[in-house]
Amino acid sequence: MSAIKPRHQRLVLAGFALAALVAAGLLAAWALRSQASFFYLPADMAAHPSAPDREVRLGGMVERGSLHQLADGVTVRFIVTDGRARIPVRFSGIRPALFVEGSGVVAEGRRAGDGTFMADNLLAKHDEHYVPREMKDMTADQARKTVAATK
Amino acid sequence: MLAEFGLAALWLAAALAALQLLGGAMAVRDPDNALGAAVRPVAVVQGLLVAIAFAALVALFGQTDLSVKLVAENSHSAKPLIYKLAGTWGNHEGSMLLWVTVMGLAGGFVALVERRLPEATMRATLAGQAFVSLGFYGFLLFASNPFARLSPPPAEGQGLNPLLQDPGLAFHPPTLYLGYVGLSIAFSFAIGALVTREVGPAFARTMRPWVLGAWIFLTLGITAGSYWAYYDLGWGGWWFWDPVENASLMPWLAATALLHSCSVLAARNALRAWTVMLGVVAFSMSMIGTFLVRSGILTSVHAFAVDPRRGTFILALLAINIGSALVLFALRAATVTEGERFAVTSREGALVFNNVMLSSILGIVLIGTLYPLFTEAFGEKVSVGPPYFNPMTAIFVVPMLLVLAVGPLLRWRRDRLARVQLSLLPPLVVSAGALVAVLALGVRPGLPMVGLVLAPGLAVASMMPLRGRHLRRLPLAVWGMVVAHAGIAVALFGMACDSAFSTEKLVAAHIGDVVAVGPWQVTLSGIEPVAGANWTALEGELLVRYEGGDAIRMTPQARSFWAPPQNTTVSALHTRWNGQLYTVLGEETEDGRWQLRLWWKPFVPLIWGGGFLVALGGVLALAGRVLADLRRIVVRDKIAWRRLRQGRRA
Amino acid sequence: MSEPAASAWRTARWALWLPLVLFALFVALVLGGLLRPENRDIPSRMIGQPMPAFALRAAVPDRPGLARGDLADGRAHLVNIFASWCIPCGVEAPQIAQLAAQGAIIDGIAIRDHPEDLAQYLARNGDPYQRIGADDISAVQLAIGSSGVPETFIVDGKGIIRYQHIGDIRPEEVPMILARLKDAS
Repeated sequence: MSAIKPRHQRLVLAGFALAALVAAGLLAAWALRSQASFFYLPADMAAHPSAPDREVRLGGMVERGSLHQLADGVTVRFIVTDGRARIPVRFSGIRPALFVEGSGVVAEGRRAGDGTFMADNLLAKHDEHYVPREMKDMTADQARKTVAATK
Repeated sequence: MLAEFGLAALWLAAALAALQLLGGAMAVRDPDNALGAAVRPVAVVQGLLVAIAFAALVALFGQTDLSVKLVAENSHSAKPLIYKLAGTWGNHEGSMLLWVTVMGLAGGFVALVERRLPEATMRATLAGQAFVSLGFYGFLLFASNPFARLSPPPAEGQGLNPLLQDPGLAFHPPTLYLGYVGLSIAFSFAIGALVTREVGPAFARTMRPWVLGAWIFLTLGITAGSYWAYYDLGWGGWWFWDPVENASLMPWLAATALLHSCSVLAARNALRAWTVMLGVVAFSMSMIGTFLVRSGILTSVHAFAVDPRRGTFILALLAINIGSALVLFALRAATVTEGERFAVTSREGALVFNNVMLSSILGIVLIGTLYPLFTEAFGEKVSVGPPYFNPMTAIFVVPMLLVLAVGPLLRWRRDRLARVQLSLLPPLVVSAGALVAVLALGVRPGLPMVGLVLAPGLAVASMMPLRGRHLRRLPLAVWGMVVAHAGIAVALFGMACDSAFSTEKLVAAHIGDVVAVGPWQVTLSGIEPVAGANWTALEGELLVRYEGGDAIRMTPQARSFWAPPQNTTVSALHTRWNGQLYTVLGEETEDGRWQLRLWWKPFVPLIWGGGFLVALGGVLALAGRVLADLRRIVVRDKIAWRRLRQGRRA
Repeated sequence: MSEPAASAWRTARWALWLPLVLFALFVALVLGGLLRPENRDIPSRMIGQPMPAFALRAAVPDRPGLARGDLADGRAHLVNIFASWCIPCGVEAPQIAQLAAQGAIIDGIAIRDHPEDLAQYLARNGDPYQRIGADDISAVQLAIGSSGVPETFIVDGKGIIRYQHIGDIRPEEVPMILARLKDAS
């Protein structure tokens, strides 16, 4: 049954383990390059739109006066801006309580063919000091918008 | 006074840890050193002292003593008592104190009861435990003193994040910590074994119950954490591949691999170096995971609370602990002689495969978790989520589960697949049946479909080791294995059902409207304001009927806390044998309707039921091992006693 | 053990160092991530910019509020963004007092605060402020690019922002602040 010469067993085992781990690493590297969802600011999105149906994150500020509820009562559309570009976003679901006009938001979702961003999920800030990690080193101009939410 | 008392106990415990390290180190060089004999008692007293320090901090939180800075920052007098107490570990300093407390208590317990290994190895092990503890003591005492005073005391505390005001979450971190830190014992045993070159079956047998214990807590912690995320976040998902979740999954994967390689080493004296390596890796993953979460390097949820020096301190600690263990491994592993041989088709072969697959999954998760950090070094910001983790882990999980079905049936050393083919027939038949059923139901090809086909077969296969055995004489450890493997199958079935069969409805409803979701009719019958100790809420009253049956009342809430001000949704769940109805109340629309999000999730509770079964399997195995050990001790004492009497008679 | 196998094993021994190498890579990666925020924790575009125009009413009755004109008086000012409800601000207070004792002119902007709470806070934590403006809607805070409390700005005699300190000032940072203040005046 055994095809391995017994005295080589340790080497073969070590080789097998190493090969599997290297394979896992390479697989991971390959997958990450194609699967990681990238973070876009509205200006990036306008300049280099993400491929339709590709999972990305869009972060910026909810433009004041842009938030509208559609007739179904659960879908909203609004505009996310960074002061340089404006991207229309559509979201169906229960909005996080901290999500209001003028607040910072990171929308997870994909760009539809017509340029609207279809968000599956909205990440609003959780507390006084929370800044979504991708927004941590936005310019002050962008970062200050993440604070505006509280009253 | 209590704070100063706690601090004094902490200092004393740290001093004893230093003594424990010194004594252990001396004993390695000179077995007759007088300090060597002190190692065990010192370890016990150190454990007691640090437990006293922790008790003092719990008491300070219980009294809401706002003159203690930590209490002022993390508690509030209006909080229910249970959450005041839970606040002890809901922050950085307190959780670090809990960490050393568990380390100290575990080390003390080992020192008290563990007598199977040579004394030299035991002392080296306890020195290793003290070495790791000492770093954390230093960190607590010099960089994050939990007992620091605030003068003058503020009038009121800063509250606890209301998201954390949940019984599940209050007791979730300590459960996980018991698991994380329990693995430190495995780490120390590995160090002790490397130092004294005593890597053998006795080492594996001694280490195994400790790994099992830690692994049970990890399993329970992950299961409970997943359930908490499921019902508290109100998103209907149960696993988000969030860094915090990955931080708990990685040690679990390593500990699972360690458990299995331990049984090879204990039973067959093979996989020696590998088992030692896993002992080091398992606790390293606990520390790395905790570091990634606590340092805020991956999630800047508390960006302001994070002090870069603090993160650097923990990192230095990690580098010293893990780095020195790995250097020791590299130097000593080559002198660990090769273990017993075995054929590819054998129990060992299957367990090696399981180990390599688990390690690969660990690698996939670790790389995915660290990748954002890596790209950030090149100025690109990414986040890695389910589109990466789900298929990548599945590549390794599926072959592992296939081998799981066969492995327990194989004999040690060498075996033939032909011998077990009869036992493999029932699982294959069941899986084939499942395939037909799934195709008939029109499930689309994909991972959920693989899970639905695999899970029933796996459940049957996990029972096959019972075939032809005398069930009442079967060792508890075998029962443990069967139950844990069946638990994996049950959880897998729940996961696959959730993905394949869940239905969701998102509507804005007037009061009195009826909404259908799956087999349910949901009526929004009213909205009432309600209030609790530190929150107010709008509570929706839903009357739900399953296939036109009796109405059941459900009350999801939109809740507002006032210290600190924060809003959350509280979902309401109704569980039946065949699934769960999940309801969330949103806000009122401009025209007076209310947002409702409803899910019907068939068989979803099986996910956590399966996780619980896995933990139960661990408990059975642990009980079996401990009982067997006790029995052996009793027998040995009897023999010794008989010899003594015979000697006296002669 | 036969010779070829033994020598093959010996050459494979370097593999034992592999875990350590991987771990070292991890440490390097994380260390990079840990240290980077320090190099870039002043993202403010406001540095070198004049203070925007604002005029805040007095936050406590016993002293004036704060307006841009008050800052451009030829002397360097420290503008401390704080609030009575903010615990790190209380932790920072001794350092602010120390700066005042060393001759710094300190003005406060109280964020979303009540006069009574503020008076209590000042009674408790010391009161080094020359003027305190009440920023009830965070308007000025946002305009000057502050994203939380506490933060401290150094404004030179012409009303130009010279430095932004995010988070509380720790005792060891006091000399650095004083040096920057000196540079600004």
